[in-house]
Amino acid sequence: MDSNFKRALIIENYEKPLNKGLLNDSTYLRENKNNSSCIDNFDIELKMEDGKIKDIRFDGEACAIATSSMSISIGILIGKTKEEALNIIENYQNMLEEKPYDKDLIEDLNAYDDIYKQPARKKCATLGILGIKDLIEKSK
Amino acid sequence: MNYMDDFPMLNKDIVYFDNGATTLKPKSVIKAMDDYYLNYSSNAHRGDYKISLKVNDAYEGVREKVKKLINAKSSNEIVFTSGSTDSLNMIVYGYFKNKLNKDDEVLVTKSEHASNILPWYELSNEMGININYIPLTENHTVTLDNVIKSITPKTKVISIAHVTNVIGDVRPIKEIIEYAHKNNILVVIDGAQSVGHIKVDVQDMDIDFLAFSAHKMLGPTGVGVLYGKYDLLNELIPTRYGGGMNISFTSKDEIEYKELPYKLEAGTQNIAGVIGLGAAIDYINNVGINNIEETCDSLKEYIISGLKSIPHIKVYNENVEGSIVTFNVKDVFAQDTAIYLDKYNICVRSGSHCAKKLEDELGIKNTCRISIYFYNTKEDADKLINALKNENILEESLGV
Ligand SMILES: Cc1ncc(COP(=O)(O)O)c(C=O)c1O
Repeated sequence: MDSNFKRALIIENYEKPLNKGLLNDSTYLRENKNNSSCIDNFDIELKMEDGKIKDIRFDGEACAIATSSMSISIGILIGKTKEEALNIIENYQNMLEEKPYDKDLIEDLNAYDDIYKQPARKKCATLGILGIKDLIEKSK
Repeated sequence: MNYMDDFPMLNKDIVYFDNGATTLKPKSVIKAMDDYYLNYSSNAHRGDYKISLKVNDAYEGVREKVKKLINAKSSNEIVFTSGSTDSLNMIVYGYFKNKLNKDDEVLVTKSEHASNILPWYELSNEMGININYIPLTENHTVTLDNVIKSITPKTKVISIAHVTNVIGDVRPIKEIIEYAHKNNILVVIDGAQSVGHIKVDVQDMDIDFLAFSAHKMLGPTGVGVLYGKYDLLNELIPTRYGGGMNISFTSKDEIEYKELPYKLEAGTQNIAGVIGLGAAIDYINNVGINNIEETCDSLKEYIISGLKSIPHIKVYNENVEGSIVTFNVKDVFAQDTAIYLDKYNICVRSGSHCAKKLEDELGIKNTCRISIYFYNTKEDADKLINALKNENILEESLGV
């Protein structure tokens, strides 16, 4: 991805994030995620159905990196099985930790492949997706 | 005075506009602390030898300096603490916990720092006192009228910041205190953002309790002051017991504590910190408190007029005196703005600034805060204003 494309993708997902707004539906699992070191704060809802992620919703206030990566993660993870989703999340984390990862698997999350250069931003880039991960692990 | 020579941090190629969080330190403060550690390191109060006496004199000398700075009646009214937070907790738990009854009311505002709200919340949970909020004006300021309207026969304490750390407004505390005292209400002043920035005279203002931190007025971190009128302070029950504050303890029924201020300073104190605070007070006196206030005010005006000429900037506290400018860039999250400015080595703070209740008032959770101190210059302001003129702040904040 070239820089212009990455930026455009991030800004688009920051300004018009996917699935923003909670449903408060009792069939969803719910969790709050916040960054103690900064001011990002998300509420996340997730629904599993037949072993697949059926829906993910979120709300809250957060920076451009946190919000956009949440939105992009939602786009990628809906429809995936638990195992597929956890695998994608692991590869994304590996990218941020500068470990080997599968570029193709993480699709648009490649936009954050330079974030490791800004250590303070790593937490922003994983806040949402780690919340999703918690909820996936909670679901049976 | 050449601040560049005096403040090593002013030579680091940064623009430091986070003075509300902590100020930079002049060499004289660092040197005074070094001198203690290098040349007469020993404990205070307990010595039978020369350097220990020197420590004692230095430590007590600072108490005198604090007394003069805030014009206390006696140096016995000056207690060293670890900072404003510590002082406020001692006031709430050592004094008011023993004086208030269930259903008594405490008046605060929604723009208080966490340190002046959480101790009251906890006390409220513990003993059923009520916490009420003085309504803020549309400029988020406190007026005497609004204080008067909030007072009921149950009101026993008003606990407010002299200057807030989000908006920087200066409260009319002298008038508030005068009115409060006529109604037998005590007033606690959180002076974290005011002492060393504007004139604070505890006798003229008739302040009952005052808390402040050395690190927000050129001094080191981890040290601060609790001031209380002697008779009030004398009824503050120690929240910590131990060495240095007792005279004798033969058994649990025969304990004798020292007089003020020592009975409130249990354990070995932050001696180096107190000595650093003394040097900070000297520096502030040299610059002059009126000069400090005027310099900050005029730089604030300059920054506000610069920011107002930028269409994508919204300033939240334009009509408020003080040395803080609170703003956001249109459609950019406050933290992204701060990260963007950091690329130009400009330090500003983003967030709710520990005043989480204020979001109810401002209707916005997070803002960027520029907080000014006297060593900031027009060049600093120009760098900031120029950086904020950029129309692609969001894109450039991403770092990708
Ligand atoms: C208004 C106000 N009160 C209290 C505090 C707490 O001061 P400290 O952290 O030094 O105890 C601060 C510091 O941010 C403040 O700005």
